[in-house]
Amino acid sequence: MSTETLTMGKALNLGLRRAMEDDAKVVLMGEDIGRLGGVFRITDGLQKDFGEARVVDTPLSEAGIIGTAVGLAMRGYRPVCEIQFDGFVFPAFNQLVTQVAKMHARTRGRLSMPVVVRIPFGGGIGAVEHHSESPEAYFAHTPGLKVVAVSNPVDAYWGIQQAIAAPDPVIFLEPKRRYWEKAEVDLDATPEPLFGSRVVRRGDDVTVLAYGPMVKTALQAAEAAAEEGRSLEVVDLRTLSPLDLDPVVASVRRTGRCVVVHEAQVTLGMGAEIAARVTEACFHSLEAPVLRVGGWDVPYPPARMEEEYLPDLDRVLDAVDRAMAF
Amino acid sequence: MPTLPREVAGPVPGAGAPHPPRQPDLVQLLTPEGRRVEHPGYAIDVSPDELRGLYRDLVLVRRWDTEATALQRQGELGLWASLLGQEAAQVGAGHALAAGDMAFPTYREHGVAWVRGVDPLHVMSLFRGVDNGGWDPVATGFHLYTIVIPAQTLHATGYAMGVQRDGAESAVLAFFGDGASSQGEVNEAMIWAASFAAPVVFFCQNNQYAISAPTERQSRVPLYQRAAGFGFPGVRVDGNDVLAVLAVTRAALAAAREGQGPTLVEAFTYRMGAHTTSDDPTRYRLADELEEWALRDPIVRLRLHLAEEGLADEAFLAGVDAEADDLAARIRSGTISMEPPPAVSMFDAVYAEQTAPLAAQRAEFEAYRSTFEGAGQE
Ligand SMILES: Cc1ncc(C[n+]2csc(CCOP(=O)(O)OP(=O)(O)O)c2C)c(N)n1
Repeated sequence: MSTETLTMGKALNLGLRRAMEDDAKVVLMGEDIGRLGGVFRITDGLQKDFGEARVVDTPLSEAGIIGTAVGLAMRGYRPVCEIQFDGFVFPAFNQLVTQVAKMHARTRGRLSMPVVVRIPFGGGIGAVEHHSESPEAYFAHTPGLKVVAVSNPVDAYWGIQQAIAAPDPVIFLEPKRRYWEKAEVDLDATPEPLFGSRVVRRGDDVTVLAYGPMVKTALQAAEAAAEEGRSLEVVDLRTLSPLDLDPVVASVRRTGRCVVVHEAQVTLGMGAEIAARVTEACFHSLEAPVLRVGGWDVPYPPARMEEEYLPDLDRVLDAVDRAMAF
Repeated sequence: MPTLPREVAGPVPGAGAPHPPRQPDLVQLLTPEGRRVEHPGYAIDVSPDELRGLYRDLVLVRRWDTEATALQRQGELGLWASLLGQEAAQVGAGHALAAGDMAFPTYREHGVAWVRGVDPLHVMSLFRGVDNGGWDPVATGFHLYTIVIPAQTLHATGYAMGVQRDGAESAVLAFFGDGASSQGEVNEAMIWAASFAAPVVFFCQNNQYAISAPTERQSRVPLYQRAAGFGFPGVRVDGNDVLAVLAVTRAALAAAREGQGPTLVEAFTYRMGAHTTSDDPTRYRLADELEEWALRDPIVRLRLHLAEEGLADEAFLAGVDAEADDLAARIRSGTISMEPPPAVSMFDAVYAEQTAPLAAQRAEFEAYRSTFEGAGQE
């Protein structure tokens, strides 16, 4: 068994390397991903080892990256596209929503689109405008796209390989502020399925749901709550489309209380969908309405105000208190 | 001077291609040695005072830039996008604008901001993470910085269409980079501007790189030649020659005001610094290239010219340097003492007419915040 301590960034790098070794059709495309290794160095060293035909430094155009990925996929390639920052996916939005998402359905399954779009997402790194966005709901709202958000190095390592091997297009969200977090990764383990959620901490009083960067925050909140004698169950959703709510429903039926946490603006965010579904499935078990903790309904603020915008441990605990007091 | 790490085997395709110092199609009025040369298309008359003014601006914006980089290193700014090497392109373009003209910058045009009279602290506040730029775009004739590449080129074109409808005698200057030229929106802006003969000048600073990608990744023809395909003139100007940039941009803006439609100006220059303070250019470019471009420094050449013509004495040069130090000190102290507005203000300008749900959320935010007051928390 070979186990390594890896940052999430390095885990992604190794996962990409392994996917490229496993399948010669895997092609990486993006701005500055080759020679520079990407602005977060996620693709570091890959162009050197796999060449410029498989790790492509593209012209500066996101519509170009995703649009050409469609053609490459038609030709049997498995494009893995990097969008440099979340706020820059929108020039490619048309290609993603009208083309990538619909190709399988409109060709009645004759064409599949095994395209992966990696997006460093979310805030918390003190960045300038358009570098801290959480656009997941747009994609989860679009039939034909699958959306996953990893929260830790293990899921990053396996998840990127599974996403590349998957036959459908996957929006692969990487919480950029967690790129430097470390964990032990067993490189020979049998991975968990990509499209499944997971209970990451057992508890009895309130079920807290999170994904991507907020899983750590939820776990910290659970730790703090435990000191006050309150027991939180934390679920890492992992996949946002399809949602895997079976573990959530089982949990909420037991706890009777549910709080959903994400960085994205709360209105029509993932929490809205989840609250509706949990309410439908757990109506008779609920002791309180499903509560949402998210970004405020304002444009992501300048860096020195982001702490006031982003959900943190206190805001999660505040929602937990409200759920308990209901 | 940064050196390349050992494992870098060779330059990216095109990166090592020579940047010919003498190009027949390059408009130049001051050689790198500071010698004044004439160009048949671009006669320009500048008074000694104007020349000294240009020199002063070049020195001041470079000093501002150096101070900003230092402030970022000291943790006072989140990021800084340096203009080092591009001072002449920006100061020249800025001076070409008339008072009623409008400029649409990217995120690097600090030199244009300076010439338009934008307070440097209003630019610093953006990079400090206090706001998204503190200046008034209309009052200054200088739009806020646009970070999503190259959305502003279409805004500039639409603004020019408005100018056209108003019968106003002004023009619009749209800035973008060589990397940005690959985006659909730049091409759409050019098609629209050409189609309506809108009074807009497209000003591309070709600083040879888009982060790590050399210009050759974006274009296989010299960028200014693309204009022909859209049906308007394109011209390549020595972007390190402030006089040539001024002359060429002034002529293009004049043509736009006269109803002749757009021009593409390609200012051929070089990004001497990193892309931003987050970047490490030693990973993708060679030190030789920097050395070669250092010989074409925009400030040195104007200083040589001023000295040769007897237009600037030691006292003048020392005076400009002292002024630069004062500016740097003002920028430093102003930046360090800059605080963000109260957090609740993030709810206030989202809409021109506040909505009831957002007003309610604002109240919720304040109520939540107040639970921390006096509780010994921050
Ligand atoms: C739509 C979009 N994609 C990607 C980026 C990230 N990015 C910021 S600057 C840059 C390179 C820009 O190069 P260029 O247009 O040549 O201008 P320069 O920065 O060299 O002045 C990139 C890729 C962005 N800001 N916007």
